[in-house]
Parts: sequence; C-alpha cells; structure tokens
Amino acid sequence: MNTGDTAFVIISAALVMIMTPGLALFYGGMVRNKNVLGTIMQSFIILGVISIEWVLWGYSMSFGPDHGGLIGGLDWFGLNGVGMEPSASYGTTVPHLAFMIFQCMFAVITPALITGAFAERMKFSSFLIFTLLWATLVYNPLCHWVWGIGGWISKMGAMDFAGGTVVHISSGISALAAAIFIGKRKGFGHTAYIPHNVPMTITGAAILWFGWFGFNAGSALAANGLAANAFVVTHLASAAAALTWILMERMHRGKPTTLGAASGAVAGLVAITPGSGFVGPMSSIIIGGLAGMICYGGILLKARLGYDDSLDVVGVHGVGGTWGALATGLFASKAINPAGFDGLFFGNPGQLWIQFISVAVTMIFAFVMTCIILKAIDMVIGLRVTEEDEEKGLDISMHNETGYNF
Amino acid sequence: MKKVEAIIKSFKLDDVKEGLNSIGVKGLTVSEVKGFGRQRGHKEIYRGAEYQVDFVPKIKIEVVMEAKLVPEAVKVIREKALTGQIGDGKIFIIPVEEVIRIRTGEKGEEAI
Repeated sequence: MNTGDTAFVIISAALVMIMTPGLALFYGGMVRNKNVLGTIMQSFIILGVISIEWVLWGYSMSFGPDHGGLIGGLDWFGLNGVGMEPSASYGTTVPHLAFMIFQCMFAVITPALITGAFAERMKFSSFLIFTLLWATLVYNPLCHWVWGIGGWISKMGAMDFAGGTVVHISSGISALAAAIFIGKRKGFGHTAYIPHNVPMTITGAAILWFGWFGFNAGSALAANGLAANAFVVTHLASAAAALTWILMERMHRGKPTTLGAASGAVAGLVAITPGSGFVGPMSSIIIGGLAGMICYGGILLKARLGYDDSLDVVGVHGVGGTWGALATGLFASKAINPAGFDGLFFGNPGQLWIQFISVAVTMIFAFVMTCIILKAIDMVIGLRVTEEDEEKGLDISMHNETGYNF
Repeated sequence: MKKVEAIIKSFKLDDVKEGLNSIGVKGLTVSEVKGFGRQRGHKEIYRGAEYQVDFVPKIKIEVVMEAKLVPEAVKVIREKALTGQIGDGKIFIIPVEEVIRIRTGEKGEEAI
C-alpha cells in the first residue's frame, strides 16, 4: 500500500464524480428552458442509480474473476471481499475500495453521456430502466473485455487508458441507436431548438475539463510520472481542440462561438482519453487539434443523415472517441509508457489494426444491445412522453416543477 | 391627453429618457419587448446549425402627456432614437380618456 497513490486515487474519484453534475449543466444549458430540469435530472439521478448498481453487481461483473474473457463473476457481489487491502490485480498500491469507487464514477458518467441523444422527449421511468439495463448489459461486459484481467479485448493488446472505447464510443454509438430508435423531437426541421442558457453550458464544460484530470491522470492509479503525463496531454488536447473548433466555425460560418469553444474543449478531452497514458505532449496537440476539426464535421453529419441527436453525443463522443482510439494506435510510444505498445508512427503498424478491431467490436456490441434494450422497454411501457407532455416540457410533465420562476 | 408609445432600439433608452426629461415629461414606463418589422429577425448559429430568429428584442416606452407636449416629445424621441439604420422603431400616439392617480384620486392632467 502506498499512501501517496491512495490519496491521489481517492481525490481523482472525487474529481470524476463532479463530471456528472458538470455534464448535467453542459447538457442543461443546451436544451429549451422548459426541459432544463428534466435534462439535468437525467444526469444527476444516475449518481444515485448506478452507484448502487455498481456496488451490488456492476463492479463484480466488470472486474470480478474472469469467465472466458467475457464477463466477471459475481464473487464480489455487494462488495464481498472488496475491502481496505489492495486487490491482487487492480491498483495494487491502493485500497481495493479506492479502486472500486474510482471505477464507480466512470460507470456513472457513461450512461449520463447518452442522455444528450434523447433529451427533451424520453419518459423518466423508461429512462431509469434503460440506464439500469444499459449499465448491466452493455457497460459492465465491455468494461470487463477492455479493462478486466482476462478480458478478451485487453488480451488482444488493445490500448484504452481511460475509456475511449468503454466510455466514449460505447455511449456515442448507443446515443446514435437511441436517437434513431426514439425518433425526432416534435417540430424537428421547423422549430428552432436554441440553447436556453449558453453560460450554463460553458460552466458545465469547465467542470468537465477540471474533472477530466481525475479521469485521465487518475487512471494511472498512482501518483507518478505517468499521471503527470496524462494530466498534461489531457490539458493540451482540450486546448488545441477548442482552438481548432472555433477556427472551423470561423471558416464555415463566419463567427467563432462560445458554444463552439466549449464543444471543442470537450471533443479534445474525449479524443485524448484512450491515449492519455500512452502518448506524449506534442502528439496530444495533434490528436486534440484534429479532434476539434473531426468532431465539428461529426456534428454536421446529423443534419445530413437526418437523425435527431439533440445534444450531439454521436458527433462529440462517438466520433471523438473513435478518433482517439485510432489515434492511440498511431501516436502511442513505449517511451511514454513501457507497459503499453508502440503505435504506427513509432514503428508498430499492427497496433492500429488492433485498435480498429476494438473500436469495431465496441460499436457493434453497443449498437445492437442498445436497440434490444430500447425495443424491450418500448414494448412494455413505451419510451416517449406523450405529445402533450413533450409540448409542455419535461420539467412540468415529468417532475412537476419549473427551472425558472421570476 | 395622449399616450405616446415608442418602440426603440434597446441601447437608445438612456438618450431617449434624458431627452424626454428635458422637455418636462415627469414619468414613463419601459418594457422589454420582442417583435419584428422591416428589420425582420436575425440568424443565430449553434454548433453549425443555423436558426432564423424572427423576433428582435426592443424597448417599448409608454408616456402619457398633455396633448400640447406631443409634437415636441415626438421630435425628441426621433432625434434621440435615430441611428439611420433599419430597425430604429416606431412611435404611436393614442388618445387617453382619463388618468387617475391611485393614491389621491386626482384626475386628468393633474394626475399625470
């Protein structure tokens, strides 16, 4: 046990926790004022739902003793055997409980990311069931494949330091499935869905940026040089992406926007996540800079393809996560992390293929499973609010309250 | 007695208020309003998606005054609210039947 590492992982867990309320503000500002609470709630309450799910069976399914590379056993159900002593295999210098709660925060924010896709139209009850099923049937297995000891994607040699596949591609692609399955918001095409509070969104982006230091640097699971490297590359990628995003806006639409700067910053954070423990600072500027441009293209995609991904989860997390996972296969260097592998630019072209497989598998699995879960819920209790409730807004129709009373 | 209602550009409010003060107008009511005229709206862009916003924010001033003050008030408002650009606004003049001060019960021009 190492006290420095323990302190760092516990603080990092708290940093990742604050990302979910940060996301609530990021999303909340982008919807219309009649849906601000409904949208904030869909992130905030996941702190309740998934934290309980995680300690009961989620952690055990994800990190428990391996069964065939596919899933963790329920040996650690209800934190059985997960205590103050370090685990034998994960974060071996920190209490097992510290590693468990750090991972809990990742499990919480991932389904919260998806909520941006079905914002302003999903029933609260259906959303709760969806979240619970998605965490159990998509997140936990995927987490085991990529991060669990014996997980098959991890054994294949795919690198995902802090959650490019597990967190961002999985949520981004599930968001695509949800946006298509649930359908467009009422008035799509002629109603102006103008963000009701951009300063709220910027505040949320700032909190996300701050929390992301725990997300990526904390994933080193030790207070060491690798953590410092992850911190630096995270910051630089976000900085570069904010700049390139507003540059794209300036060229495409004439004016740089604050919403664009915030979106770019988040896109950069997403893209650097899988490589944050494997790439160096100069590589991270390239990864982030290109992320700003690629994700700007990503959000334009929905207008072309005609699905209503309300808050651009696909464009930012799906596209940015995919770019980040592949970029890890390009820019990774054993000089940064001897436990990893070199990427294409460091003489190992095979790594890019492995990264590609991990991306493709994550996409197919998340997309198919999300469709099945949504179909099942739709058949039993329905997914959408009634047209009248949608018109009134989720704040009043789902929660009997309003965000602003002047 | 007349009511002068003027829709003006928001940033011209202070100038117009001072102008009206200087000709002896003792009180006025201001509201933030939205609407469109020849200026139509403007476009706003969020994450690359362009929205036409039809209603432009404006300020509405309402002043009740003696009829003989009206020409001067109109002159002052026109002078102070003018930018020469489309969207400078409009002035409406409306007859007022009665004015009553709630506190004292005074009526007519006494109450203005």
